[in-house]
Amino acid sequence: MSATVETATEIRPFQVEIPEEKIDDLRRRIEATRWPSKELVDDASQGVQLAMLKALADYWATEYDFGRLPERLNALPQYTTEIDGLDIHFIHVESSHEDALPLLITHGWPGSVIEMLEVIGPLTDPTSHGGNAEDAFHVIIPSIPGYGFSSEPTEAGWDSGRIGEAWAELMSRLGYTRYVAQGGDQGAGVTDAMGRQAPDGLIGLHFNFLDAIPKELLTAALTPRIFTHAEREQLGKVVSVFMRGYISEMGEHPQTIGYSLLDSPIGLASWMLDHDADSYGKISRAFLDGEPTGGLTRDAVVDNITLYWLTRTGASTSRIYWETGRAAKASLKDPPPHVKLPVAYTVFPDELFQSPRHWVKHAYHNLIYFNEAEKGGHFAAWEQPEIFSQEMRAAFRSLRNGTS
Amino acid sequence: MSATEVAAGTEIRPFTVEVARAELDDLRRRIAATRWPERETVDDQSQGVQLATIKELARYWAEEYDFGRVQSRLSAFPHFITAIDGLDIHFIHVRSQHEDALPVIITHGWPGSIIEMLNVIGPLSDPTTHGGDPEDAFDVVVPSIPGYGFSAKPSARGWDPVHIARAWIELMGRLGYERYVAQGGDWGAQITDTMGAEAPPGLVGIHSNMPGTVPPDISKILSSRVLGAGDPPPTGLSADEQRAFDRLDFLYTKGLGYSIEMGHRPQTLYGLADSPVALAAWMLDHDARSLEDIASAFAGKPVGNLTRDEVLDNITMTWVTNTGMSSGRLYSENTLGFFDVKDVKVPAAISVFPNELYQAPRSWAEQAYPKLIYFNEVEAGNHFAAWQEPEIFTNELRAAFRPLRNGR
Repeated sequence: MSATVETATEIRPFQVEIPEEKIDDLRRRIEATRWPSKELVDDASQGVQLAMLKALADYWATEYDFGRLPERLNALPQYTTEIDGLDIHFIHVESSHEDALPLLITHGWPGSVIEMLEVIGPLTDPTSHGGNAEDAFHVIIPSIPGYGFSSEPTEAGWDSGRIGEAWAELMSRLGYTRYVAQGGDQGAGVTDAMGRQAPDGLIGLHFNFLDAIPKELLTAALTPRIFTHAEREQLGKVVSVFMRGYISEMGEHPQTIGYSLLDSPIGLASWMLDHDADSYGKISRAFLDGEPTGGLTRDAVVDNITLYWLTRTGASTSRIYWETGRAAKASLKDPPPHVKLPVAYTVFPDELFQSPRHWVKHAYHNLIYFNEAEKGGHFAAWEQPEIFSQEMRAAFRSLRNGTS
Repeated sequence: MSATEVAAGTEIRPFTVEVARAELDDLRRRIAATRWPERETVDDQSQGVQLATIKELARYWAEEYDFGRVQSRLSAFPHFITAIDGLDIHFIHVRSQHEDALPVIITHGWPGSIIEMLNVIGPLSDPTTHGGDPEDAFDVVVPSIPGYGFSAKPSARGWDPVHIARAWIELMGRLGYERYVAQGGDWGAQITDTMGAEAPPGLVGIHSNMPGTVPPDISKILSSRVLGAGDPPPTGLSADEQRAFDRLDFLYTKGLGYSIEMGHRPQTLYGLADSPVALAAWMLDHDARSLEDIASAFAGKPVGNLTRDEVLDNITMTWVTNTGMSSGRLYSENTLGFFDVKDVKVPAAISVFPNELYQAPRSWAEQAYPKLIYFNEVEAGNHFAAWQEPEIFTNELRAAFRPLRNGR
């Protein structure tokens, strides 16, 4: 029986392999796309524009190099290990520098480990990327259950809290006894949950998106004493995030939209591109004008969509909204403990909304770092890997061994 | 030139429904090639259309469904097209053989179409062969909303329910009707209410199976609760009113995802044009009760007339006309509150179906429709009243409009 236990906690090397016939099928489906009529407006106000999506389809089917995805991922050490009944896939790059600080980075939706690939070098190997040896990190980038090469839950209950517990187990299994965690989007929800669980070894958190529990956010945002015009503007942005539709649809009925995301590559691509106006605008300029913004290149965007397609995870990735929606409602009645750990926060100017410092402080009392970066949007690490890396270095400097 | 142009502009042309064989072959191929997700992680509908339901739908669609049905069923009726405000409007028009038949324009909604109405056209226009009296005969006009079925797709903004209501008034005028009634549910109810608010000379009354009755203060509370945290529920409601509030509150907090998506981002739903199964799932997921009934049909137990074939006729027509996305755009055009009072000025009749999104209380209906001539709660039927319960629906229309007939 002890052999079984060993097998269960085993960490197995992992390589991405994509059968050629799956790529052929994908290409065939893209080319056979049946298109709707053009939107009735000359801007993105009705959603993903036909011309933009046609440009993406054309690039995807005829120019994109399908070998990129496995090459980029297989250049990095990847593993899987079974936690709580699911195979968890993760990238794990150890720094060559002594005393490197282990950093767990969690992606969100519609992202994946692809978002994080360009920060791995600067974080693990700062000396060849303009940084100092003392700023080195060991980097652990897991795929959320139901995303990419992690396996897909077959039962309900995999909300941020359960993912957070799995991440703590992962870090412990890797032998890390003193580490930090970082996240944006759904990754911020997972990182927030870990902060409340405060597992042994976790010493600090960094966020590039505010996703604390609704009770804290509501009281922070609605406290009249500090309800300024600028904050009202941010509140409006928060509401408009919810009014985009994808959050409601995936929060209510992820299975219904899932059929489109599994069966139509273009249905999947459009759904993933319509996350927020800023990132859509940037990606649209990459395809239509040949002007990518930072790391949001055509290839990088298509890498991410291709990953979703080939792993058949359109529906399972959406379910996290259903799970976190339920958890958020439950937390209104039964709030989890406050986060007491040190928290660092970076505001990116093109993020969905720019959290005022006091919103962050309201959720995270022990705020050790707060900075407004000069550029970057929702996909901070993906779009601006250099700025993101610098933020990690600055945010966690005070938590390193030997500094106070 | 001007004479020709004017004539061409208001001309009513006969229309024949033809569905290309190649289109149907392609559809069948796509269904067979569906790439499926894994099963939902729950044992109920709470994550949307269940995999078992949609897989059975796809199996039946590809293997047993008769793809000739849409064309043959539609071809049994006289179809016409006429351009209104630059857009080709398709409609079925069946004149009754009975003298003094009352003209009625019946408007479908989303995710419906004229398919919903096919089984009421006979009983309404020809009551004597369907257990009714000649005095209850109707001339029946069933148009396709712009962007739906065989009506043209708007290529610019502006075709909201108000614009459509005005087009319907123009259509009835063009057909020569000087004294008519209007009926609708879902979007059809918004359009019909708007016609009643415009109160053109020929419109003598309306009937709704999804009336707008919610008082403004209640409507405001419901809207505030969409994101899960808002105003507290109202107090002092009667039992009927409380039931109506609870149903609407469920809809506003748990059942509006598709409507918010189509209202704000209709163009993002490319899967509806590219994947038959994506289209089917999206169309099945309108509201919890009708989804239950349709799921039951595919499990071998249809509820009322909502059979597998009927459901697939509607989806197939939407597919072959490639109107999955264009039909959804109506949500983004709309500025009306779905269940709000629309200031209907003409006599109004209401039938309350027990599984409609909400059951309008008589107290609210009396305030919302000052000339309420008929109010009845029927024993069966969901959101798709005419489609699921054609007989009840027909009887309701006969009873509702009896007081508005000439000489009575």
